[in-house]
Amino acid sequence: MDTELGYSIIPLAILGGAIRVSTPFLFVSLGEALTERSGRINLGLEGTLVFGAMSGYAVAYLTNSPWLGVGAAMICGALFGLIHGVICSLPRVNDIAVGIAMMILGMGLAFYFGKPYVQPVAPDLPAIGFGWWSDIPQVRAALEVNVLFLIGAVLAVVLWWMLRSTRIGLILRVVGDSTDAARAMGLRPAVVRTCATAVGGAFAGVGGAYLSLYYPGSWNEGISSGQGLMAVALVIFARWNPLACFGAALLFGGAGALGPVLQSVGISEGYYLFFAAPYVLTLGVLIATSSPTRAMTGAPGELSITK
Amino acid sequence: MSTSSLSRRGFLKRTAAVAGAAAAPTIGFAGSHSPLTVGFIYVGPKDDFGYNQAHAEGAAAVKAMEGVVVVEEENVAETIDVQKSMESMINFDEAKLLFPTSFGYFNPHVLEVAPKHPDVRFQHAAGLWTEGMPTNVGSYFGYIGMGQYLNGITAGHATKTKKIGFVAAKPIPQVLLNINSFLLGARQVDPEITCQVIFTGEWSLAVKEAEATNALADAGCDVITCHVDGPKVVMETAAGRDCFVCGYHANQSPLAPEKYLTGAEWNWAGVYTGMVQTVLDGGTIDNFVRGGLADGFIKMSPLGPAVSDASRAQFEAVKAEIMAGGFTAIKGPLKDNTGKVIAAEGEGFAEDDIALESMDYLVEGVIGSTS
Amino acid sequence: MTLSSTAERTTTARPGLGLAGLARRSEAVLLPIGALLVGFALFSLFLLVQGKSPTDFFALVYRAGFGTAFSWENTLSRTAPLLLAALCVALPARLGLVVIGGEGAIVLGGVGAGYAGVLLSGTSAFIALPIMLLIAMGIGALWIGAVGALRHYRGVNETIASLLMAYIAIALMNHLVEGPLRDPASLNKPSTAPLDEALRVGNVPGWDVHWGLAFGVIACLLMWVLIEKTTWGFAAQIAGGNARAAQVQGLPVGKLIIGFAALGGALAGLAGFFEVAAVHGSANGSLASGYGYTGILIAFLARHNPLAIIPVAVLLAGFEASSGLVQRRMDLPDATVLVLQGFVFVAILMSETLYGRFKIFTPERWRSA
Repeated sequence: MDTELGYSIIPLAILGGAIRVSTPFLFVSLGEALTERSGRINLGLEGTLVFGAMSGYAVAYLTNSPWLGVGAAMICGALFGLIHGVICSLPRVNDIAVGIAMMILGMGLAFYFGKPYVQPVAPDLPAIGFGWWSDIPQVRAALEVNVLFLIGAVLAVVLWWMLRSTRIGLILRVVGDSTDAARAMGLRPAVVRTCATAVGGAFAGVGGAYLSLYYPGSWNEGISSGQGLMAVALVIFARWNPLACFGAALLFGGAGALGPVLQSVGISEGYYLFFAAPYVLTLGVLIATSSPTRAMTGAPGELSITK
Repeated sequence: MSTSSLSRRGFLKRTAAVAGAAAAPTIGFAGSHSPLTVGFIYVGPKDDFGYNQAHAEGAAAVKAMEGVVVVEEENVAETIDVQKSMESMINFDEAKLLFPTSFGYFNPHVLEVAPKHPDVRFQHAAGLWTEGMPTNVGSYFGYIGMGQYLNGITAGHATKTKKIGFVAAKPIPQVLLNINSFLLGARQVDPEITCQVIFTGEWSLAVKEAEATNALADAGCDVITCHVDGPKVVMETAAGRDCFVCGYHANQSPLAPEKYLTGAEWNWAGVYTGMVQTVLDGGTIDNFVRGGLADGFIKMSPLGPAVSDASRAQFEAVKAEIMAGGFTAIKGPLKDNTGKVIAAEGEGFAEDDIALESMDYLVEGVIGSTS
Repeated sequence: MTLSSTAERTTTARPGLGLAGLARRSEAVLLPIGALLVGFALFSLFLLVQGKSPTDFFALVYRAGFGTAFSWENTLSRTAPLLLAALCVALPARLGLVVIGGEGAIVLGGVGAGYAGVLLSGTSAFIALPIMLLIAMGIGALWIGAVGALRHYRGVNETIASLLMAYIAIALMNHLVEGPLRDPASLNKPSTAPLDEALRVGNVPGWDVHWGLAFGVIACLLMWVLIEKTTWGFAAQIAGGNARAAQVQGLPVGKLIIGFAALGGALAGLAGFFEVAAVHGSANGSLASGYGYTGILIAFLARHNPLAIIPVAVLLAGFEASSGLVQRRMDLPDATVLVLQGFVFVAILMSETLYGRFKIFTPERWRSA
């Protein structure tokens, strides 16, 4: 049963890693894709993610229900997004800068209030085993899929459809592409953007709750190693397309598994370079798919970071 | 070598004397002069279930002493930050005894600041004080590798796959000694056992620690231990993969009660109160202090429910040998995992051998490399 | 709301002379100070809710950050790398580029300086130090210059590219200092071999603050002159406002983008040089200590004005210098100062919306009263 799988363990670990590690990237980037489609950028989602991780863990511990924890993280995230959205609606306020300040505020508050929850053990979110057909424990472990991952995957499709084919999607895109055109259509761009930012924050909060309540599944100050910031960057990489966000998150998570698994099959020299794999890969794809002529296809016209 | 054991003995004698004095009602010194301010600096949060928590528990014991004020700072980086934190404690709190507890604080930061404050004592964990360094600097540490050796014995009995795993932060001597000791302990049970190591590259990086643990489990390891600052993630993830775990730094049995075999823990409370008492009594702490299980520098977590009788018997027997002092885990015939001879038949490095503190190899049977 | 509009505004609303000029200038000083106080007030509420005394808190922050000679030394020691890191954001920002990966240039510049120092061991400091410094700046310039080049020639978004490259740089640095460049004698903290004592950069005379501060301040002044007083700076502002229009006018937009990015990177590399030569004495993993990220915030708070970077960096460093004393005296967690920073910076950034709202600062509206 516990047979040596040899090198065939590598694709298995990449698959498992993609499923385990990608969820926070997925949620943050989906939320940010919505926000950016409305013409607003929120760089502060790293802070929101960390606060979501803390509040989710704290509430799950206090109520003994991981789902209430996810709910709390979502509400807190929405609140952070709302604050960011309202502040950035003021004329001349720079959304990039406010995002960075909100990131510091979010992390500061999370660390400040999170002290008492480092030690306790909160209940984990459930996972579904899709590997029942296999006798190999490694396969079964790789196919332990958390419910949030599945929700995220469904959300990616729903958001993609929503942006393309629904009235809400149209409103978001119009507001994101041209404030003037939106006004001419009788829309209120500031309100739309604020709502989109709040929803984006809620998503990021859920991403944080996944970190603390499932994988790695505990709250401490080092729980996030920049996933929130990276996910915001992945949105540009994914060209504001929710389906591509899903792909980018999987790619990033899978590549992240490469470092540990190569060591486990005995390729152990230069492991720092393997750890850089997700970043190198993303940069490579980015360079390959960019072009100076159609610099930012799909970029919302009002987005400050790509203007 | 000899200096270390000498200083340890000297230290122990004083600690013993001091323990006696503390037991007797304090008549003399209390209240007569201003309290001694002792500063503790941690590189991470002091409740990390690991390295920093172990030190903070020691600080808490010092706090309970009479005539002592304890000041603490956590999350202090190994940069100019720690230099200024130490000086801030000296300037604003009149601290006279400092415990900067992270490996990377020593060189250059402690060595930089100490000469500027000759009346302050700097006690650094894990540093290697040598002749010629400032005399108001001291370094102390414990032979926790022997704890990992004992961990290895329980692991050797528990493993069915004959493969055990180690999640390590960085390939520095302390970590390498722990990995080697863990495997050599297990090989006391069965010489066929191998140990897979995965380096995460950072002292504290939750997601990567979890990924490393999963990769070990995927590779067939069924007993896992670690050397990272906060072992919480490794313990929980490994237990979730149905692996047995051995703890490190502090007692992590509450995190995986069924799967926890035992753990190598620091026991700083006794060490710190002893050192502080020495200063209170007007004495000087030796510049180079080391100690092991026998000296109360380290301790083992209580054995878990999964530990078999045979395992328990061997564990207790070896522990008794270690308690006798001068135990030699790294002994010949021994090669490293590239085939180089480390020790010939009859040679060995006792736990207090200073050569162990510059270890740069992984022994035969460890799968992994040092760079 | 965007970088370009900030640039436009500063060019169109240049303060003149006399009372009107004074009024406009004071707006840029008084508004942020007012916002700072609002931030303090909000944070005071935060403390009061938890039963902690704001007066104690601010007294401690003042004392530990600015109250004594030691406090100033503490604050200014922390300021040095922040000045240079902030310039690495502010310079490309003139062209509308949001570069958030200065950390990469810092760590690789540090490794370059550290390894050059090892190779130059035994040489005179007069020869070795300038070489180390130039190597650090050169590596930084290449690293961030590449971000600019990718942007210009391939249309790669500079924000994400610089962030990815920062992570890659940190991995590379760790690989080098723990692998090929590691000094086997660096036991507990893998590092390159220690620099000769002669190759260590010391302190500014009379102060316990290393020379990095002086270089940082000079760099801020020089960059201000570059941006405000030279044709290059002017061209960059135009290109930052509207790249296409600039191209039409025959401005070398590509050269400007790559040049400003490289210059910013060079200054971040310089920060890495001082971390190695003045603080650590060798290159090691502590080079990645987040100065690059703090620099982003400082640059945006200073609205990418190199002169304004100086007070903002000092303020931020002062907050950080006070963190320890606040922990020790008030039994507050170390994150308290982070929360304070969050409140203060959000307030200052919000105040941008008030520019031109107060009649006293806008001379054009004096008469219409």
